[in-house]
Amino acid sequence: MLIASALSALLALAVFGVLAGGEMWRHRVVYLGCAIASLVLLAGGLKHLGQTPGTGPAIVLPIGLPWMAAHFRLDNLSALFMVIVNLGTTAASVFGIGYCDHVPEPRRVTPFFPLFLFGMNAVLISDDAFMFLVSWEFMSLASWLLVLSDHRNEESRSAAFVYLMMATFGTFCLLTCFGLMAGAEGGYSFPAMRLHGMDGLTSFLVVLLALLGAGSKAGLVPLHAWLPLAHPAAPSHVSALMSGVMTKVALYGLIRILFDLHGHVAWGWGAVLMGIGGVTAVLGVLYAILQDDLKKLLAYSTVENIGVVVIGLGLAIAFKDSGEKALAALALVAGLYHIINHSIFKTLLFLSAGAVITATGERSLNKLGGLLNRMPWTGAATLVGALAISALPPLNGFVSEWLIFQSLFKGPSLPHWAMKFGVPVVGAMLALAAALAASCFVRAYGIAFLGRPRSQAAAEAHTLPFSMRWSMAVLAALCIILGAVPVTVTDAVSHVVQPLTGVSFAVSADLGWPWLSPVSSTRGSYSGTVLVMTGLSLFVICIVLVHGFGTTRVRRADAWDCGHRENIVNAQYSGESFAQPLRRVFCSSLFGVKETVTMPDPGDMAPAKLEVRVIDRIWVFLYLGIGRVVGFVADRVNRMQFLTVRRYLLMMFATLVFMLLVVAVRQQK
Amino acid sequence: MTAILGQIAQIFLVVALAPLITGWVRLVKSRLNGRIGASPFQPYRDFYRLLQKEAVVAHSASWVFRAAPYVTFAAVWLAACIIPTFTTNMVLAPAADLIALVALLGVARFWTALAGMDVGTSFGGLGASREMMIASLAEPAMLMVSFSLSLITGTTSPAQIIAFVLGGGVGIEVSLGLALAALIMVAIAENGRIPIDNPATHLELTMVHEAMVLEYSGRHLALMEGAGMVRLTLFMALISGIFAPWGMAQPGAGALGVALGLGAFLAKCFILATALGFFETVIAKMRVFRYADFLGGALLLGLLATIFIYVSEAV
Amino acid sequence: MADISQFSYEVAHLIGATVLMAGFQLLYQRRLFAVLNTFAFQALALAAAAAWQAHVQHAPHLYITAAIALVFKAMIVPFALHWLVEKLGIHRSVETAMSIGWTMTSGVALVALSILLVLPVTANAAALTRESLALAMSVILLGLLMMITRHNAVTQVVGFMALENGLILAAVSAKGMPLVVEISIAFSVLVAMTLFGIFFFRIRERFETLDLNDLETYRGDRQ
Repeated sequence: MLIASALSALLALAVFGVLAGGEMWRHRVVYLGCAIASLVLLAGGLKHLGQTPGTGPAIVLPIGLPWMAAHFRLDNLSALFMVIVNLGTTAASVFGIGYCDHVPEPRRVTPFFPLFLFGMNAVLISDDAFMFLVSWEFMSLASWLLVLSDHRNEESRSAAFVYLMMATFGTFCLLTCFGLMAGAEGGYSFPAMRLHGMDGLTSFLVVLLALLGAGSKAGLVPLHAWLPLAHPAAPSHVSALMSGVMTKVALYGLIRILFDLHGHVAWGWGAVLMGIGGVTAVLGVLYAILQDDLKKLLAYSTVENIGVVVIGLGLAIAFKDSGEKALAALALVAGLYHIINHSIFKTLLFLSAGAVITATGERSLNKLGGLLNRMPWTGAATLVGALAISALPPLNGFVSEWLIFQSLFKGPSLPHWAMKFGVPVVGAMLALAAALAASCFVRAYGIAFLGRPRSQAAAEAHTLPFSMRWSMAVLAALCIILGAVPVTVTDAVSHVVQPLTGVSFAVSADLGWPWLSPVSSTRGSYSGTVLVMTGLSLFVICIVLVHGFGTTRVRRADAWDCGHRENIVNAQYSGESFAQPLRRVFCSSLFGVKETVTMPDPGDMAPAKLEVRVIDRIWVFLYLGIGRVVGFVADRVNRMQFLTVRRYLLMMFATLVFMLLVVAVRQQK
Repeated sequence: MTAILGQIAQIFLVVALAPLITGWVRLVKSRLNGRIGASPFQPYRDFYRLLQKEAVVAHSASWVFRAAPYVTFAAVWLAACIIPTFTTNMVLAPAADLIALVALLGVARFWTALAGMDVGTSFGGLGASREMMIASLAEPAMLMVSFSLSLITGTTSPAQIIAFVLGGGVGIEVSLGLALAALIMVAIAENGRIPIDNPATHLELTMVHEAMVLEYSGRHLALMEGAGMVRLTLFMALISGIFAPWGMAQPGAGALGVALGLGAFLAKCFILATALGFFETVIAKMRVFRYADFLGGALLLGLLATIFIYVSEAV
Repeated sequence: MADISQFSYEVAHLIGATVLMAGFQLLYQRRLFAVLNTFAFQALALAAAAAWQAHVQHAPHLYITAAIALVFKAMIVPFALHWLVEKLGIHRSVETAMSIGWTMTSGVALVALSILLVLPVTANAAALTRESLALAMSVILLGLLMMITRHNAVTQVVGFMALENGLILAAVSAKGMPLVVEISIAFSVLVAMTLFGIFFFRIRERFETLDLNDLETYRGDRQ
């Protein structure tokens, strides 16, 4: 009931947001209301997270289609995602209280923000296909409006267009997918779909369409192209939600269909998912390394992390179809854990990007630098986020990657040869993606927050309002807690995977608290808690020994730099120069990177120029290719608008006869 | 109780022994070069000298620069705590496995690279950028080695792997050979040894690790160098422990067993350090962009090691 | 196979794996002399493999194969090629049609392919025979890969000989294979002929006789 009132409050806030006009305090009230509603929803999700599977509250409302009431239900999976979503939305709303002054046009943002939150939450609790799709569209359109908020910018407009096209495509695929699952009788409620059996071809199409529909929203390669355009175009707290939270709703859709509604997906699809996940992870992070725009870099890193999650999901499908239920549960736990983690640290990093933009007005890495000295709070929180997303212990990102590796290492026990050979390759890709992510975030953090300021704006960065700092600090604390005490998450998630894989699974069963030992205690174990305690004591011993035996004196001086005492700020490594070795090693064939150096003639005072050309092959070949085909077909079809009436009649007649023929042939069977 | 004692002994052994091993490698190299060389105990004296000196910190440096040496050293030290050297009976052994080990070394690297970029000089950035390029291939290679080891022995925990090998669970396997080759290549890269990096160079164009720690002095420098030495010891313990674990004390071993394990570990380190010194003398350093081929080769060897298991094991 | 112990098989496979590793090394090298040294090492490993098999199978004729591999391939051919390269002033860096990283990645894919091929065919055979067959087939495929991804004639010859090493490895590992010695002699003659052929063409090229102008467009090396 509380959840329902929180959701209606969000709708009311949207109306209030429309009326807010130019008064800033009214915008603040909207964001405050959003934060409170999100907190209520978060509490609701937490309350139902541990419920016995199959006992979630359900409600039927007499709205929607005339012959079908709207079904809502909060089962364990929905509850988990409700927690994930509202954790992010709470932080973003609190951030918004301080941030709404700095948005270019707050009146185009504030009304749609609560609608966006409403849409995402409604997707999670829908219990029939109709409500699911309506909420899904609600979420897409609200976020589309938010992307378009900076509509005077040409880049934002084209990003919004691409986003709208992809969202339409995704919804179309999901609509068809649900239609196939409902069957000819039209059982559109989820319980009816679970009971409905499918033949081979239908099953194949359902999975394919779900993958296209939810995958395009989540940003799987090659359907990712819209994501790095649309996510950065929105105001930063909305970007945080789109990247950190909305992609999770898309994954929720994928999990709901593949593990719950469909229920028995063939292992081959698991292999496909793992392959796509591996490619997505590696390509996503390589794209990220090449970016100069801080928000684009984060958006591409989202693509990478979605790939990592999808590897876990694919593995879970393969294990489930082969009857290895415990391992399927482990892989799914790993995937869900990574979903939780990514929603936290990606929201954090996007919020900190928003903070940087607020403080300096710059989002290009090469204009930043030295921000840690100017913005110690933001800098520290971002450092935690960067360490977590680079999968470094003892933070949360490492635990989920560890679990995914542990389940991957059991992959060769699958009976299929494709899996036996594929799993090591996917493992290598995942490892590569993790290592590259560390490089990517050393680059992002080192260039933006460390070193010397590269522009006047960065040198004069100002401090931020209280609410913005607080939301980041809480998220950073969560990164540490979920990493240092991983058992809390795995235990909470174990209830969620029970209905999906058939077994309840506790990762810590074997050794007890606080040890993670996924398969057995001799198979390999990890304890963030013990590691943190030992690490801290070693750290202290280290300080005591060094300071005890030596001196504690410090002298401040100019940088030595091998004796080069030139004080040129631009002699620092820039984003491009940092990425150069990686660009040469990994991107020369994948992205067709070409570097050309133009040296001036002797005596010419012009500076030498280095030009780097990068081709996004997927964009050029797939998207522009499809665009060209559509244009070509449209030109041809255009002629049909200038036919004689007789020919139009002929066409209608031919169609009618064809349809009748189809009916006749089908009746013969 | 013995597990706790073993652990504490291990924690201090690695730190106490690490400078000696590095000193020995230096001695071997200078003898092979025809020089007399410093005593193998010289690194201890260097540490004492560095600790007495004041630390010079650049004006533009932030707190990351000052915290990085401590974090780096603690992370490497922590990693070294979980690799059995003379006994597998340690309380911390289950706290982290090979995957966590790779990640802990990653923590050290992350902070060192950040520290390199913190002062805002071109050399620091150069070192950080190259180091991360090397790591982006060396880390996956090491994870693939862990993958093949976990397939052969059924576990990712170093102590359990060693127990398995000591128990006669594995014969001479092709995969194990491939994994050893890959691990040695990774170890060379991770420790910045020739042919990837030269620990003795300060030539601007070739340095990688040295470029990152260029701005450090006094106790900060001592910690950074100490971390490098502990890392070298760690990799020696890992390689010798997994591929030649003979002599290591098992749970339940008496005082004699522990003493034997200690002696065996010292002997193995001695042999490996001598071999390293010899190898570094006869080989030339690579060009920077050949690293990718070398480490990519290590990654592919790791992959081959996992694939070959399907042939050798009766499936 | 009861008379052959587990240990002898393990050693045989380790030597086989060394031959395979040398095959990878050949793909990795960028200098012509390094390629020749690696090839000599591969031949040495092959000789060791043949000798080991001769020892464990009690088949003295395999010692002849080992001797041929040792004397002819590990010594005479590398020396001859070395001499040729120096005398004819052939460019000493390896020119690749595909970057080294990608070549090695395809090499690993080929090894996986040969394992996949060998496994079902030998489903009933002992695991140990499968391993040697998989190794030998990988060496053969790597040799072929080397031939198609390197422009230089000398590297192509080395690729061909590496391929042939794989064949010999297969022949000596399978117990009771007839004509092993004959095969290795025949191949050695073939290699000698190829070498001689290269020598012959290069000499002609240097004197630029007109009657070979048409052939030049078809030569394998682009100097």
